[in-house]
Amino acid sequence: MKRNRDKVGKREGASQGAATTSKTAEKNISLTVNGKLYELMVGKDVNPDHTLACTLRETLGYTGTKIACDHGSCGACTVLMDGEAVLSCMTLTVECDGKNITTVEGLEDPKTGELHPIQQAFIDNTAFQCGFCTPGIIMSAKALLDKNPSPTEEEIKQELAGHYCRCVSHYLVIKAILAVAGKGR
Amino acid sequence: MAEEYRHIGKATPRKDARAIVTGRAQYIDDIKLPGMLCGKVLRSPYPHARIKNINTSKAEAYPGVKAVLTYKNVPGWMGGVPYHRPVLDSTMRFVGDAVALVAAETEESAEEALELIDVEYEQLPAVYDAEEATKPDAPQLHEKIPGNVFPRGFRSIGEKALQEIVMGDVDKGFEEADFVTEGTCAYENIPNPLPPEPPGVIATWEDPEHLTIYTTSQSAAMNRNFGQPLLGLIDVRVISTQCGGSYGTKNANMIPMVHAAALAKATGQPVKVYFSKEEHFNAYSLRLGSRIHARVGIKKDGTVTALAGEWFVDTGAASEMAQVQVAVGCGEAQLALRCKNWNLQPKLVCTNRSPSGVVRGFGGQELKSSLLPLMAIAMEKAGLDPLEFFKKNYVKPGDGYYWRDGIWWDYRGIDFSKAMQKGAEVFGWKDKWKGWGKPTAVNGSKRIGVGVGVHGNADVGEDESEAYVKLSPDARAVLHACVSESGMGERSSLCKMVAEVLNLPLERVEITAPDTLVNPFEFGLVGSRGTYTVGSAAIEAAEDAKRKLLDLAAPVLGAKPEDLETKDGQIYVRGNEKKAIPWRKAMGIARTLTGQGRFETDFSLCNFMMIYAEVEVDIETGKAELLRVVAATDCGQIIDPLVLEGQLHGSLGSAGIDTALFEETVLDRNTGHILNGNMMDFKWRTFVDLPEFQNVILETPIPSHRFKAIGVGEVAPAPGPSAVLMAISNAIGKRIMDYPATPDKILKALGKI
Repeated sequence: MKRNRDKVGKREGASQGAATTSKTAEKNISLTVNGKLYELMVGKDVNPDHTLACTLRETLGYTGTKIACDHGSCGACTVLMDGEAVLSCMTLTVECDGKNITTVEGLEDPKTGELHPIQQAFIDNTAFQCGFCTPGIIMSAKALLDKNPSPTEEEIKQELAGHYCRCVSHYLVIKAILAVAGKGR
Repeated sequence: MAEEYRHIGKATPRKDARAIVTGRAQYIDDIKLPGMLCGKVLRSPYPHARIKNINTSKAEAYPGVKAVLTYKNVPGWMGGVPYHRPVLDSTMRFVGDAVALVAAETEESAEEALELIDVEYEQLPAVYDAEEATKPDAPQLHEKIPGNVFPRGFRSIGEKALQEIVMGDVDKGFEEADFVTEGTCAYENIPNPLPPEPPGVIATWEDPEHLTIYTTSQSAAMNRNFGQPLLGLIDVRVISTQCGGSYGTKNANMIPMVHAAALAKATGQPVKVYFSKEEHFNAYSLRLGSRIHARVGIKKDGTVTALAGEWFVDTGAASEMAQVQVAVGCGEAQLALRCKNWNLQPKLVCTNRSPSGVVRGFGGQELKSSLLPLMAIAMEKAGLDPLEFFKKNYVKPGDGYYWRDGIWWDYRGIDFSKAMQKGAEVFGWKDKWKGWGKPTAVNGSKRIGVGVGVHGNADVGEDESEAYVKLSPDARAVLHACVSESGMGERSSLCKMVAEVLNLPLERVEITAPDTLVNPFEFGLVGSRGTYTVGSAAIEAAEDAKRKLLDLAAPVLGAKPEDLETKDGQIYVRGNEKKAIPWRKAMGIARTLTGQGRFETDFSLCNFMMIYAEVEVDIETGKAELLRVVAATDCGQIIDPLVLEGQLHGSLGSAGIDTALFEETVLDRNTGHILNGNMMDFKWRTFVDLPEFQNVILETPIPSHRFKAIGVGEVAPAPGPSAVLMAISNAIGKRIMDYPATPDKILKALGKI
């Protein structure tokens, strides 16, 4: 009953991660989060078995990214890596060298504080209840709309299929995303 | 028709909406206190075992470890009802039971230390079935619970707490019946409500008399109310963080709290105990198991003449407050079935699996899901349409019931038949209902079937609430009420009520943090009670504050207080809005005004939910799919339409409707291990599997408070499972009497396997 971040290192296939680590041990990992560049020292700031979710939350303080299952089964920890939605609890930080990460904290306009249209649509449609799964869902929605500004309802459902929402805000989430998608047409 | 209000009934952004969509909302794992340690629990690999030896020396010596606790050195606090749960015990009663606790500087150290604890167990025989557990030769779980059957009653809900339903004369009732039917139905899939955020607690001692608890609870104050007696009546300040889903389970589960408190006491530092998802699956509140053997007497016109039977309630290895769930379930049965002659005997039993706990539906969903299929047998025998049966038998003004306090309450609410009928029209019940065991449509191997279920709860008026409303001269109001936010939007709804009374823009009303130190008494957000109970207290406090304000304004305006009105922070003589003064002219700038409100328990009103379900069953594969749901209710007055929509959609989540289709905790009855304790193997509904879902919400004024509203959130899922089971039975023409109706059960019912 341990948390994933310990297990990852012990898993088969993690040897690749370990190899990367030994290579990168002498150098830092460069990681851009929401436009801000971080230099992280392996062995000090980042352990080889640290997941991106762990680094974002525990090391860099981006607690907007949520960890629920920590096993890649619920979507709560979704962030964007170079524009693609990824599960940050299943991504090792040492593999993120040179990557560009966007978290939910990075969606507002940093100068004006204006919310991203998806965020605003979630507010207007009360597209959440407890809100714990919301950051992950919003990040997946952003990845979808960036690629496909006018998705159909079916495409939205497919994109969000991996997101666990137990309050059942699904219907209002779809409505919110469709409201933004409509504006993209 | 509902009245027109400025805020009430309108969709307004939730007060915490911006925090949620920007990731700023603070959940328990986002909070770090200086010097905070990580608390971890070593869990039992056996369903029933005694610790013969336990050696913690290696764990204690591990770098970063600050404390290791076992049953030998924990404080003597006792929890459970009756007291049967120490902080740690020498006997393990389920796989996942707490063996030892560790506090360490990092999570990694804590987890390493757990592995260094040497334990020698003596395995004991285990029992997993409620009826088996009551037999004389069954393994015994607790010394204090002889025969594995819990003593009845629960003093804190009254000396006469409802323990059974006994009234009239069942023998006479059966004689009067046109038909007498008999059967057994089991709702024993013990699903996990599984909020996305795991449970967690941070404990920190200010001094030996003052403990501060941060908790991801849906009801901060309940942790103080229940925690104080448990911890020897010291002062317990409880603050709830944003709650990432609860569905009842994060009200006041005391186990993580006492673990964190014990570790914090031992180390003198703040300690966080935050469950992993695996622990959440294996060692946290499941639904109760429910099995009923009952006889039903019914007349051709749908009158239930008698109901007699035994209700086995399996609470797993411990009872948090299952006795109250039994009491409330017994009350709710009477709301749905107007019957004069009852003898329903509950037996609350412990077994060797992870304990049940408080869950949305609170005994009622469990009872209804097993009782209504037995009623269906009687309805079929009498040739009755279930919709007509429910219309006839749901509580009506002039009826009454014994509620959880064991006291007879005369019902003074509304007749919900109109909402039932409206739901039926939207669903198309008249066309789709073809009779018992008859599919609505047949298409190759696919059979369509429909079903309907009902539920309601008089806990809408349970327990006490207090509120203060503080007005400041800058024309702002602060509601002091100890209300947590776990997704119901109640904090925002209460602000709307206060803003409505004071006729202020919503932005000018705030609510204090859910912190017991700064707020008056509150029970918690349970049983759909927030709207009526906390709402009443908040409205009364706002009215009281407004009265004080107008009293001060009267001499300034040279008018009588009763002729004055306030709007947007201005006070004026009614009809003469132009000659207005701002609040500060009445109050002065060095003053606040505080109004008070209090609500006292009232069980004379109830809420109502009906779920209509349409399923498609493939009789070749046995797979049942939910196509369509119509949820019908009458809430008196909508406070916020989108919040309410979401709450009713929630009938699909939190171990609700889907417990009839695929949701279950699979317990290996040889080893006591849960076999699907992860989010891959525990099945949950995804975005691509959504059925068509329509809410039918009527607004017939209900005599609750100023806004004539009643809460319905908690009850939304409860009618679902029995509705789906009925729909499946009608689709395939065979009765299924246990949950979930997985393909193997359906094929078995069809005689195919």
